[in-house]
Amino acid sequence: MAVSGLIFIAFVLSHMYGNLKAFSGHDAYNTYAEHLRSVGEPVLPREGLLWLIRAALLGSLVVHVYCAAVLWRRAAKARTTKYVMKRNVASTLSSRMMRWGGVTLLLFIVWHLLNFTVGKINVEGGATNDPYNLLVDSFDTWWLTVIYLIAMVALGMHLRHGVWSAAQTLGLTNNVAARRNANALGVLVAVVIAGGFSLVPIFVLAGVITK
Amino acid sequence: MAEKDTVPDMTDVTDFPETGSPQEEPNDAAGYYADGDPLIDKKAPTGPIDERWENRKFNARLAAPANRRNLSVIIVGTGLAGASAAATLGEAGYVVKSFCYQDSPRRAHSIAAQGGINAAKNYKGDGDSVHRLFYDTVKGGDYRSRESNVYRLAEVSRNIIDQCVAQGVPFAREYGGLLDNRSFGGVQVSRTFYARGQTGQQLLIGAYQAMERQVAAGTVETFTRHEMLELVMVDGRARGIIARDMVTGEIETHLADVVVLASGGYGNVYFLSTNAMGCNVTATWRAHRKGAYMANPCYTQIHPTCIPVSGEHQSKLTLMSESLRNDGRIWVPKKREDCDKDPRDIPEADRDYYLERIYPAFGNLVPRDIASRQAKNVCDEGRGVGPLVGDFRRGVYLDFAEAIARMGKDAVEEKYGNLFDMYARITGEDPYEVPMRIYPAVHYVMGGLWVDYDLQSTIPGLFVTGEANFSDHGANRLGASALMQGLGDGYFVLPNTVRDYLADGPFEKIDENHPAVVEARSAVEQRINALLTINGDRSVDSFHRELGHIMWEYCGMERTAEGLRKGIDLIRSLREEFWRNVKVLGSAESLNQSLEKAGRVADFLELGELMCVDSLHRRESCGGHFRAESQTEDGEALRDDENYSYVAAWEFTDEGALPVLHKEHLVYTAIEMKQRSYK
Amino acid sequence: MKVTLKIWRQPDAASKGAMHTYEVDDVSPDMSFLEMLDVLNERLNAQGEEPIAFDSDCREGICGMCGLMINGQAHGPEVTTTCQLHMRSFKDGDEITIEPWRADAFPVVKDLCVDRGAFDRIIQSGGYISVNTGAAPDAHAVPVPKDKADRAFDAATCISCGACVAACPNGSASLFVGAKVTHLGELPQGQAERDRRVVSMIGQHDHEGFGGCTNIGECTAACPKEIPLDVISRLNWDLHAALRHGK
Ligand SMILES: Cc1cc2nc3c(=O)[nH]c(=O)nc-3n(C[C@H](O)[C@H](O)[C@H](O)COP(=O)(O)OP(=O)(O)OC[C@H]3O[C@@H](n4cnc5c(N)ncnc54)[C@H](O)[C@@H]3O)c2cc1C
Ligand code: HEM
Ligand code: HEM
Ligand code: SF4
Ligand code: F3S
Ligand code: FES
Repeated sequence: MAVSGLIFIAFVLSHMYGNLKAFSGHDAYNTYAEHLRSVGEPVLPREGLLWLIRAALLGSLVVHVYCAAVLWRRAAKARTTKYVMKRNVASTLSSRMMRWGGVTLLLFIVWHLLNFTVGKINVEGGATNDPYNLLVDSFDTWWLTVIYLIAMVALGMHLRHGVWSAAQTLGLTNNVAARRNANALGVLVAVVIAGGFSLVPIFVLAGVITK
Repeated sequence: MAEKDTVPDMTDVTDFPETGSPQEEPNDAAGYYADGDPLIDKKAPTGPIDERWENRKFNARLAAPANRRNLSVIIVGTGLAGASAAATLGEAGYVVKSFCYQDSPRRAHSIAAQGGINAAKNYKGDGDSVHRLFYDTVKGGDYRSRESNVYRLAEVSRNIIDQCVAQGVPFAREYGGLLDNRSFGGVQVSRTFYARGQTGQQLLIGAYQAMERQVAAGTVETFTRHEMLELVMVDGRARGIIARDMVTGEIETHLADVVVLASGGYGNVYFLSTNAMGCNVTATWRAHRKGAYMANPCYTQIHPTCIPVSGEHQSKLTLMSESLRNDGRIWVPKKREDCDKDPRDIPEADRDYYLERIYPAFGNLVPRDIASRQAKNVCDEGRGVGPLVGDFRRGVYLDFAEAIARMGKDAVEEKYGNLFDMYARITGEDPYEVPMRIYPAVHYVMGGLWVDYDLQSTIPGLFVTGEANFSDHGANRLGASALMQGLGDGYFVLPNTVRDYLADGPFEKIDENHPAVVEARSAVEQRINALLTINGDRSVDSFHRELGHIMWEYCGMERTAEGLRKGIDLIRSLREEFWRNVKVLGSAESLNQSLEKAGRVADFLELGELMCVDSLHRRESCGGHFRAESQTEDGEALRDDENYSYVAAWEFTDEGALPVLHKEHLVYTAIEMKQRSYK
Repeated sequence: MKVTLKIWRQPDAASKGAMHTYEVDDVSPDMSFLEMLDVLNERLNAQGEEPIAFDSDCREGICGMCGLMINGQAHGPEVTTTCQLHMRSFKDGDEITIEPWRADAFPVVKDLCVDRGAFDRIIQSGGYISVNTGAAPDAHAVPVPKDKADRAFDAATCISCGACVAACPNGSASLFVGAKVTHLGELPQGQAERDRRVVSMIGQHDHEGFGGCTNIGECTAACPKEIPLDVISRLNWDLHAALRHGK
């Protein structure tokens, strides 16, 4: 679980970095998209690295979702009679929202892939073969931006607990200071990633990034 | 921390005083008991004291490993005494069944011991030795214990520490990585090993884990939430128990070749004590009724520093470490009308630091029994503090104002912080601001079933260990020695002596239809049925509380012939009312806590009377037993070695019939008897 | 003061339970929570209604026998055991909901009593150091650095009450298992069995039907002995090490 989660984190970090290229304008962004596909040539075939990454992501997804499902099921079976009254005193909302946050993310990813990779759906009906334009068209649509922003909130929460949790699962948080640091890192990663991703849609909607 | 640090030697010795030397005393208890034959411990070893145990071990017969699988042992109790015995006998390969009334063996009341455990390791190089520990313990027990047993205890004390450390018991350590020690309960050497304020818990977890390991190995089977209600005897031997599964209510028969009782102390006969809610006498009392003698039942230790009763609802008392007396000063107002004032408004001149006044040499550090009795005296004079309990305020101040001024608040907090927090949690008062209130409470019983040197009772095949037997502490127990006794007996003594007994086994197979078994079972069923069908007006608790009041009043810190006789009368009529008027609801076929309590209180009602009779017949003051009739001119305890240096072992004859007294005379060859003094 | 109690009543493991409402009016703030229930039970007994079953023994916070879910919190609003909770933590007129620990691995025995035998079985699976009586070397043969000894001690203070399970949204007993693994794993005496211990204890934990830990942290907040989350990290670390060593 922790390993797959960390692979996701590595991916979203670099993905976010890529997205921010949108601020550099049409060409820089498209060059980057192209670069993604051609990198490693001629050692690797075209899109070779991309497929490697995709395979790793897909594998992680399977592991991650499988583990999540097992944990969910075990937790459900561990307490079949619910409390009439239960108060949570120490846990973060993020930690308790992991499962629903995960489901949200899964739905988001499905849509996201349809949107940008697999289906290339342009809700404004414009061209789909130009990544930069597809992006700007998408986020010009207010409700799509809202969907993305909601997903980013889910992602941020998932990461806020996920980073800390992964550290704990890996057995790295053996004292008070380490635990404090892991939690702080969780907040940092969450803010940077969710915040970073959110910039592009917001700025597109606000008309700062345009075709 | 219950019992720790440097309360000075409570057993300072002077020569036997001239005044009040022994003479023929009138028999106060005439008509309350019958005289029986003297009792002789046939297993008592002879020879040089330091070779006795070695010889006994060597002479104990062996059982071949292959045979052990056919030999079975029942152990009632999973405290230090029972769990350590179960683990060790399991390792040896016997078939062991272990019983406790809690939902896990690890919850036995040994868990509550705070202060520490003694061992003659001499790790501090301060002159400790087996002989010194032996000497201190006999002296502390006011020369009413058996010297061979105490010597053995001191010998095995060293092995206990080795064993526990190997099991992972996290004793306190010094920076160098070696074990730390402190001095404790009136001795001049540092021999007490401790694990913060939870020594009992850590030792018990060690024994419990060793026992659970044997459960996994298949040699020990545990029966939790099972209460022993009867002993099964066949042909004069203990062969099993009748127990109730407290969840299903089923009455079960368990048979074996040996029965070991490690069922703890009966301090709850006083209702309020530092014992756990479930501590009881049922296991040992049932055995007593079947022929096991009960020895010195009146020897009760009353601990001076407990949190006082706060009202009628009180269900139990909590111990505060004796170490508080090192820095706190004990006082009460001089004038009765000051008793409900804010203590901080009472000027120095109007305070009576009574221990410092009466015992200028020892002051607040006088031994437990003295501190307890004086607290009672000042409260009886109407100078107690705190809430009214009945007609009296039952509390005295333990004041740290002077210590805080002298050492600073931080230093006080560093030393006693956890105790202050505990006090604040229970009372809601801040001891840094307002003086603490303390009062004595029943803590430990030195009495118990009589056992010989092998820890075997007067019933063959019935062994008794831990607080349940009477063996090692005489009339008073030194701090940190009950844990030592429990583990010493369980790990090192019983496995040898039980083995010797089992060398004659396996005994004839019996089954559940044996008439003796059927009879024991139906006795239990009838009793339960009786309790459930009386359907009177009074709850079990109300009887228990009333019994407690009687015991505390007449068989508590100070006992008189007149009071004891009155107590006996009151107990008799209370017992009669109990069997006529108790109200126990619910059924026998499920968890029924009222029913459990009712059975225990019924036995306490019989035990209480015997305790009073024992007190009444022992017209001397020794250790925890203070008879007002036997004191020096200035009000101190006066022992009577000429007439009473014996163990009083009581035989049960019949319901309503007089108990029979058998005396086991105590002979000291390795130590000289002296009178205690602390002025 | 006066309080209204909503209490779970269930005649035995097989029956269905339900909440019942009781009023107790002569409550003194100096009473412990369990003494308040004692008072209620005395009254029920007098009225001919069977008293409420709840567990307690030492009533000084060390045996781990007591444990109630009070207003949705394991052991109630203070960081202590139920028996050490006092009525001064409540106000006149409060409504207090009292339930048993809820976990399928801790089946209800009656009313507020549950069966925590699963904890004993977890210990049986490896929560010990194997040393036969009499086979121990001198206690000073192996020095233990004070910091290790202290850490072992902190973990060893667990009283097996089960509040961690009761509070954990996943019904996990990881804090309990972690405490034992840390206690024994910190000490030199515990090294030989360290790998085997963690693997079999976690195996038994899962087998008993406790949930998996997702590091939520409610357990440590409910723990009356304040066992820190370190022990779960430690448990994971030891598990990975054991798996690496091929156990
Ligand atoms: C608060 C407190 C602090 C103390 N501090 C110290 C200290 O610092 N040092 C020291 O040396 N001593 C101390 N003592 C004394 C010491 O703890 C006890 O004397 C000792 O632990 C008793 O151990 P045990 O094994 O004999 O009995 P216990 O530990 O009481 O065990 C009794 C066992 O018998 C079982 N049982 C009882 N009746 C039945 C029945 N009818 N059927 C089935 N099972 C039954 C119980 O379930 C339990 O398992 C203290 C005592 C108290 C109360
Ligand atoms: C695909 C949909 C996803 C689902 C269904 C999902 C679900 C879950 C669940 C149920 C957990 C366990 C809760 C916990 O350990 O506290 C979890 C943990 C975690 N998730 Fe996700 N998640 C998803 C996607 C992601 C993504 C995209 C990332 C990172 C960008 C991520 C990172 C993590 C991390 C780091 C953990 C902690 C792992 C651990 O505790 O060992 N997850 N996830
Ligand atoms: C608002 C922020 C985001 C934007 C603008 C964005 C944009 C894009 C775009 C344009 C692509 C197509 C790239 C290409 O084909 O060259 C893409 C692919 C992808 N994105 Fe995002 N994305 C965002 C957030 C996310 C998040 C949060 C995740 C995961 C949790 C994610 C996961 C993916 C994946 C898995 C792919 C497919 C990569 C591949 O084809 O291998 N994206 N994204
Ligand atoms: S870890 Fe804490 S909450 Fe859990 S059983 Fe131990 S003491 Fe109780
Ligand atoms: S609350 Fe539960 S999820 Fe883990 S950190 Fe504690 S066991
Ligand atoms: S009753 Fe023992 S911990 Fe509460």
